[in-house]
Amino acid sequence: MNAPFDRPLGAAPHLQPGVHVGRPLPRPNAKRLVAGRGNYVTDMKLPRMLHAAFVRSPFAHARILRIDVEAARAAPGVALVATGEDLAKLCTPWVGTLDHFKGMKSEPQLPLPLDRVTWSGQAVVAVVAESRAAAEDACELVEIEFEDLPILADLDTALAPDAPRLVEGFADNLCFRSSLESGAVDDLFASAAHVVEADLAFGRHTGVTLEPRALIADYDASVHALTVHHGTQTPFQFQDLYSRHYGIPEGRVRVAAPDVGGSFGVKLHVYHEDMAVIGLSMLARRPVKYVADRLEAFVSDIHARDHRVKAKAAVGADGRILAMAVEDETAIGPFSTYPRTSAVEGNQVIRLIGAPYRLEAYRADLKVVFQNKTQTSQYRAVGHPIACAVTEHLMEKAAAATGLDPFEVRARNLIPDDAYPCQSLTGYKFEQLSHEACLAKLKTLMDYDRLRAEQAELRARGIHRGIGIAAFVEITNPTPAFYGIGGARISAQDGAVIQITPSGEVRCLISVTEQGQGTEAIIGQIVADYLGVSRDIVRVITGDTEVTPHGGATWACRGAGIGGETALQAARKLKANVLNVAAAILQAQPDDLDLVDAEVVDRAGGTARLSLAEVARIAYFRSDTLPPGTDAQLTVAHHFAPSGYPFAFTNGIHGCHVEVDTETGLVKILKHFVVEDCGRIINPLLVEEQVRGGVVQGLGAAFFEECRYDDAGQLVNGSLADYLVPMSCEMPDIVIAHMETPTRDTELGAKGCGEAGTAASSAAALNAVNDALAPLNAELTQIPMTPARILKALGAY
Amino acid sequence: MAGAVPLTLTVNGVETARMVAPRTTLADFLRTDLELTATHVGCEMGACGACLVLLDGVPVHSCLVFAVQAQGQRVETVEGLVASGALAPLQQAFHERNALQCGFCTPGMLVNAHALITKGTVPDREEIRDAISGNYCRCTGYEAIVDAIEAAARKLNGEGAE
Repeated sequence: MNAPFDRPLGAAPHLQPGVHVGRPLPRPNAKRLVAGRGNYVTDMKLPRMLHAAFVRSPFAHARILRIDVEAARAAPGVALVATGEDLAKLCTPWVGTLDHFKGMKSEPQLPLPLDRVTWSGQAVVAVVAESRAAAEDACELVEIEFEDLPILADLDTALAPDAPRLVEGFADNLCFRSSLESGAVDDLFASAAHVVEADLAFGRHTGVTLEPRALIADYDASVHALTVHHGTQTPFQFQDLYSRHYGIPEGRVRVAAPDVGGSFGVKLHVYHEDMAVIGLSMLARRPVKYVADRLEAFVSDIHARDHRVKAKAAVGADGRILAMAVEDETAIGPFSTYPRTSAVEGNQVIRLIGAPYRLEAYRADLKVVFQNKTQTSQYRAVGHPIACAVTEHLMEKAAAATGLDPFEVRARNLIPDDAYPCQSLTGYKFEQLSHEACLAKLKTLMDYDRLRAEQAELRARGIHRGIGIAAFVEITNPTPAFYGIGGARISAQDGAVIQITPSGEVRCLISVTEQGQGTEAIIGQIVADYLGVSRDIVRVITGDTEVTPHGGATWACRGAGIGGETALQAARKLKANVLNVAAAILQAQPDDLDLVDAEVVDRAGGTARLSLAEVARIAYFRSDTLPPGTDAQLTVAHHFAPSGYPFAFTNGIHGCHVEVDTETGLVKILKHFVVEDCGRIINPLLVEEQVRGGVVQGLGAAFFEECRYDDAGQLVNGSLADYLVPMSCEMPDIVIAHMETPTRDTELGAKGCGEAGTAASSAAALNAVNDALAPLNAELTQIPMTPARILKALGAY
Repeated sequence: MAGAVPLTLTVNGVETARMVAPRTTLADFLRTDLELTATHVGCEMGACGACLVLLDGVPVHSCLVFAVQAQGQRVETVEGLVASGALAPLQQAFHERNALQCGFCTPGMLVNAHALITKGTVPDREEIRDAISGNYCRCTGYEAIVDAIEAAARKLNGEGAE
C-alpha cells in the first residue's frame, strides 16, 4: 500500500489525450523546486529596495504614553521611521465582522496602533532601512513608554461578569455569540437510557509555514500605482484590500504571488505589518520588503483552535445517539481577523458536531471571546478537528455505556449511504456522502479484528496499545452564500483564460493559486483532457492579478472543485472554437470533427485532418485565407461559480493505532489509516500526499503543537525549538484508501481533499490513546496529549 | 561597509572573495551576497533544516555558521550540487514520488539526503526517517520523502527498483 514502487508513477513518456485526469502524474512545476529554482518572495529583491523591521510591544495590554523615534531616525542606513499616526493618514481602518453573523462586534484596526497595544508582540513602530540588519539596529533605539492595562489571559477571566472590558464601550468581552436548537432536546435527554458527557480542551496551534510571511510593496508615485509581491493564497482579495484601504484604484494595484512556501490558511488574512508595508512604500517612494522572522511569525501569524467544549449525548439502549447538546467557548485574541473574521471556526464547530450521524435533536451554544493574545482565525480544516473530536469522543463514550464495539456503534448511527440527499439539524445540505462504505473499508484496511486480538495479547504483557477511529464530514467549495452575503469582497467564483498560441500550444491563466498542492498540475491535466491535447503542451499560469482573471483562489479546498470545473468549462468552450475554425478550413461540419492529441480528426473513424498548430497558424497569420465571417477566437475567457448546493461536502474516516508507554507518557504512533471520499480524483499521487500532510498536521495538534501563554499573556514557546512540529522520525506510515462519490453539481465531480487529513486525525489519536489507557481507568480530555498530561491522567503525579 | 572583514572561500567550486560584516551568517551571505537563494531560511536557530549546505562535505546549518567561519573552506549549495549532477537521482525520485509540496524545505532535505545516500549503503526506512529528522516539512506527511530517498539510494547503490 505504501511501498514506493507499487504503482505506476506517470512512467509512460507520451500520454494519450483523454487519460490525464485520474492518473498519478508528477507535477511539472516540482522540477523547478527540486532544482533549487524556486522563486519565493523571500528570495526576491528589487532595485533600490528597502527593508522594514518593527518595534513590538513587550506587554499583552498597555496604553502607549510616549514614543520617541528621533535616535532611530538618525541611525545609519535608516530611510524612515513610522508610527501609527503616520500610517493612519494613509490607510483607512478595517473591522473584522461579517454582516450575516448577527451581533458580531470588533474594534476598528489600523496598521500600527495609535494609543494602546492589545497583545504581546504587536508591532508598534516601523523602521525602514537599507538592510534588515540596519532596521533592526535602529529598532533598538526607539523608546516607547507603556502603562499596564488589565490583561485578559484566559477564558474565565474574560467571561466573568465584572471582567474589565477589552474594548471600552463594549457591553462584554464577546465578539460573537450564537446558538442553535433543533428537535426535542430536553425530552430526549430525559428519556434516554444513557447520558454521556465530555469536557474537552483544545490547545492553540499555529500554521508554521516553513516560509514565513513575506511581501515587497512597490509604490510608484509617478502613476499612483502599487505592485505587491506577496506570499499569499489570495491575490485578488489583497488587490481589493490594498486598493480600498489606501485609496489606489483597483486597476492600478497588482498583487503577484510567486512560489509560496506553505500557507494552510495562514496567508489569506490581513496582518498589521503587511498593511503597514504598503504605507511604508508610499512614504519611502521605494520598494519595501518585509519578511517575518520565525519569532515574529509565532507572535503575529494567526493562531487557531483554542476551544473549550462541554458536550453531552443522549444514548438509547441500542447505542443510538438521539441528541447532543454542546457549549463551545473559544478565545480569539483582541479583535476579529479581517476580512474573514475569527468567528467562522466556532460557527463551523457547532454546525459540524454530529454531522456524520443521524441525530434527532441538537442544541449548541457558541461564545467567541476576546483575549489579549495573538489573533486566531481560519487555519487548515476550520473547526473540523474540534467538531470531530467532540463527536467521536462522545461516540466512544456511547460505545462504552452500551458495551458496543466502536465500529458497531458507528454503524448504528451513521447516516446511511442511501439516505441522501438530506439535511443536518444544523442546516447543512448533504448531496451524497459515503460513510457506511468508508466505515466498512476502514475495518478491512486496518485489519481491525487482528489489531484487537493483538491488543488483548499485548495487554497481558503490560504493553498498552490503542485503536481509535473517527468519522468526519468536511466542508468544501463555498458558494457566494458565505462570504459574499456577509459583505466580504471574497470571490466564490473563479476565472480562466485559455489560449491556443500561434505555435499550437496552450496557455491557461487561472485564478486558483498554487502553494504546492499541485493546482497547476491538476488544472493542466483537466485542460489537456477536455481540450484534447497532451499535458506536455499546456502551460498553466497562476497567482498574478495583472495576468489571470479575477477569482477566489485556493482556500477551503476549492482549487479542484471550483478551479477545476472552471478550467473544464473553459477548455470545452475553446475546443468548440477550435473545431469551428477547423471546420471552416476543412469545409466540414464542426460536429463531425474532434480534437485528439492536438490533431483535428474526423469524429467518426478518427482520421487526422489538420493539426492544431496549423489551425493556429492560419488563424493568427493567414486569416485572409479563412472564409469571410469566420470567427477565429482561439482565446476564451470563462468564469464559473458554484450554484447548486451551498457547499460541497466530503467525508471519510480515520483510524489510528498507538502504543502508550505508561512509564514515560510517550506515545508511539504505530500507523494511521484514512479512507477518504473527495469526489472525483484528478491526481491520486497529489491527493494522497495532500491527505498525509493533513494527517501530520492533525497528529501535531494531537501530540505536540501548542502555543503556550503565561498569566501575563506572554507566549512562552515562540520558537521552533519550543513549539514542537512533527518530524519524520515521529510520524508513522499513513495508509490511504479512497471512495469516489463525485458531486453532480459539476461535470468534473471533484470536491476537494485539503482538509480531509487534518479534520479527523487528532480525534482518532485521542480515541486511540484513551483506548490504550481504558484498562488503567485513565482518560485524556485535552490536546495536545503531552507526556506530562498522559502521566497526570495515569495518576503518576 | 563599516567593520567589514575580508572573506575567501570556495563556493560551488568557484573561489570567491568578498568583504563581509562579521555578524553575517553563512546563510545570509549565500542568499544575499552571492544570490544563491536555493538555500532557505526557516527558523534561524538550526531547528528546521531548510538552510543546510555542505561545508567541506558535511551538512551544516548555514544559519548557525558565520560567513567568516567558512574562511578557506569549501561550500556546496543546492545550485552547485544540481549543476554537477550530484543530486540527479534524488531530484528525479523527489519529482516522480511528489516528495515535496511547497518546496521550501526541499533544498535542505536534498542536501541531507545526498549526504545520507552517498555513504555507500542503502539505508532502511527507519534510518532515513532518523537521518532527516532535523528537516521540517510542513506540507507532506514525510512518507513520500522517505520513499524518494529510498528509491534514490537504491538506484545510486546499484540496486534495482524493487
